[in-house]
Amino acid sequence: MTANTATIQSGDITRTRKSESLWMDAWRRLIRNRAAVLGSMIILLLLLTAIFASTIAPRTFAEQVLLDNNKVPEWLLRVFPNMRDYARTTTAYPLGADYVGRDLFSRIVFGTRVSLTVALIGPLISLLIGVTFGSVSGFLGGRVDNIMMRIVDVLYAFPSLLFIILLMAFFRGTFAKPDPGSLTYGISQLDARMGGLLFIFVGIGLTAWETMARLTRGQVLSVREKEFIEAARTIGSSNLRIMFRHILPNILGPLIVAETLAIPGYISIEAFLSFIGLGVNPPTPSWGSMISDGSQVVRTYPNQVVFPALALAITMFAFNFLGDGLRDALDPRLRGTQ
Amino acid sequence: MTQYIIRRMFWNLVVILVVSFITFTLMHAVPGGPFDREKALPPEIMANLAARYNLDQRLPKQYALYLYEIMIPRISSSTPGISLQDDYLINIKISEHTWIKWMNFGPSYTSRSRTVNDIFKQQLPISLQLGIMALLVAMSIGIPLGIVAALKQNTGWDYLGMSVAIFGVSVPVIVLGPILVWIFGVELKWFPPTGWGAKPPYLLGIFPSTLGWGYFKYAIMPAVGLGLGGSAILARLTRASLLQVVREDYIRTARAKGLVERTVIVRHALKNSLIPVVTILGPMFAALVTGTFVTELIFGIPGMGKYFVTSISNRDYPVIMGTILLYALFLVMANLVVDIVYAFLDPRIRYT
Repeated sequence: MTANTATIQSGDITRTRKSESLWMDAWRRLIRNRAAVLGSMIILLLLLTAIFASTIAPRTFAEQVLLDNNKVPEWLLRVFPNMRDYARTTTAYPLGADYVGRDLFSRIVFGTRVSLTVALIGPLISLLIGVTFGSVSGFLGGRVDNIMMRIVDVLYAFPSLLFIILLMAFFRGTFAKPDPGSLTYGISQLDARMGGLLFIFVGIGLTAWETMARLTRGQVLSVREKEFIEAARTIGSSNLRIMFRHILPNILGPLIVAETLAIPGYISIEAFLSFIGLGVNPPTPSWGSMISDGSQVVRTYPNQVVFPALALAITMFAFNFLGDGLRDALDPRLRGTQ
Repeated sequence: MTQYIIRRMFWNLVVILVVSFITFTLMHAVPGGPFDREKALPPEIMANLAARYNLDQRLPKQYALYLYEIMIPRISSSTPGISLQDDYLINIKISEHTWIKWMNFGPSYTSRSRTVNDIFKQQLPISLQLGIMALLVAMSIGIPLGIVAALKQNTGWDYLGMSVAIFGVSVPVIVLGPILVWIFGVELKWFPPTGWGAKPPYLLGIFPSTLGWGYFKYAIMPAVGLGLGGSAILARLTRASLLQVVREDYIRTARAKGLVERTVIVRHALKNSLIPVVTILGPMFAALVTGTFVTELIFGIPGMGKYFVTSISNRDYPVIMGTILLYALFLVMANLVVDIVYAFLDPRIRYT
């Protein structure tokens, strides 16, 4: 909040000095925002964790020693004193073992991969569909625009959580037992190799693009009538050139902000789907499915739910901090509105 | 205005039809049927079951039959609720032996003794109660927090309010729920970790008949877990809106003519700044009621959530269709109500 007044002043100074690009200006505001920097650092750390998961994690995510199930490390007894009465201790697992004797820590580390992939691919898909749809609709205008927006309206009326459950069930059912060699077989193989993530991406993409489409259309409409577009048209620029060269760069800011702020939503959709068993395929570790497993034993071994929940919360915090910071940096007027 | 509402109702009907069509197509596109078992049933039984539930008809006919049962009201002389086939959500008695009946969502395939309407009547009130409580939690935390944050901008209050807001959006119910259960249900034993404190019959079909500790001790944790995210959105919106309003000219006028600061804030600023907040309550309520699904699973609440998730894996077509249609109806109606309320609150808005 104090940072805000400071940035406005510095903004004034830069304007009197020499005009700088919007992006440089935004970048400087962003790195002055402590929460945003913290968020980005956490995200960077998570990224490294995801990339080097197999080096960091002491075991693989699927390795199970049934005899070690529900064992807890010594230090956890101090945090959860109730456990003293019944828990078996071990030194082999830093955060304990789960109900089938898999290392919780390793699974949380590998779970970073799932959440971060969703955090990166989710926005890409919804941007790709949403921006294409929205900019075509806004640019063409008239009847086409009307019809396209009605389509978005209808999809908006779908209760999105229910729709995505239905979609997941549809994918899981349709691609369950395909004939080898067919296209469905190929897709289901790809999905299996991704641990079930492919269908989650499609599901998120199909439910998340409408917001982006609406936003893009609104932005395109507001920019389309500006003088510099008219100028471009008078010198004979083609529609495509106007779209990509003049309109898109000018509306990119709000789109990036909206998409960054939507990332926590994508992460929680994946966690939720895995929680109800429609997400990643076991034994691929997702924090959502770990929370679901852990909830079953919350009365006796709360560590099995608390740690994955913390991991999920920290990730969501980081992306929210970054998103807030980006919004403040790219459009200071919007501060605190979303 | 009336014309606008009628047009919107018509448009909503179209939306619901499209939603039902997409749902129906997706459901039936999946290979296999609701009566497939590991050990196949004898073909005669399969044929009988299929005939009973119209599954032997061609798909377009099945769809038409389904829509006919739901959409078209009819006059009938049989007492409602006698058979599973004849169970309508809305029954209006017009004389001794005649009833107007409307909305038959069909029988549930998996629980043979219950209809989808039975599930709605017994489980939906619980989800609605949870949704309403969560909305109340969201409003009672979010709006005051937003007001204080805006009035004391750039002070500790502001930071506190915005920290709560960022906490609210960063900690979804799937994280907060199990942690609440662990702290307050298991360690401190303040609240029972699972269950729900109300049973049918419900007042007006929705509300619990007795309110007391016996009800709230079950409801508090899930309502907070679900409502906190909403409170974050409300706090940010209230703050932003109030900050904008206090910079308006008419606030300066009010101050200039010597009104007490309290009157300026309460009478002039708050009233106007809450308009956008009111408009978001409708969609938020709809989102919270759908969001109860997760919450119900975490807190072991016997609402719609469990039924929907199990109906998906059981291929219980009527339950899937019914739930999605009902919630979609909810969503479009919530948006319509909001738009109408908006016009009343803000005289600058005119619908034609």
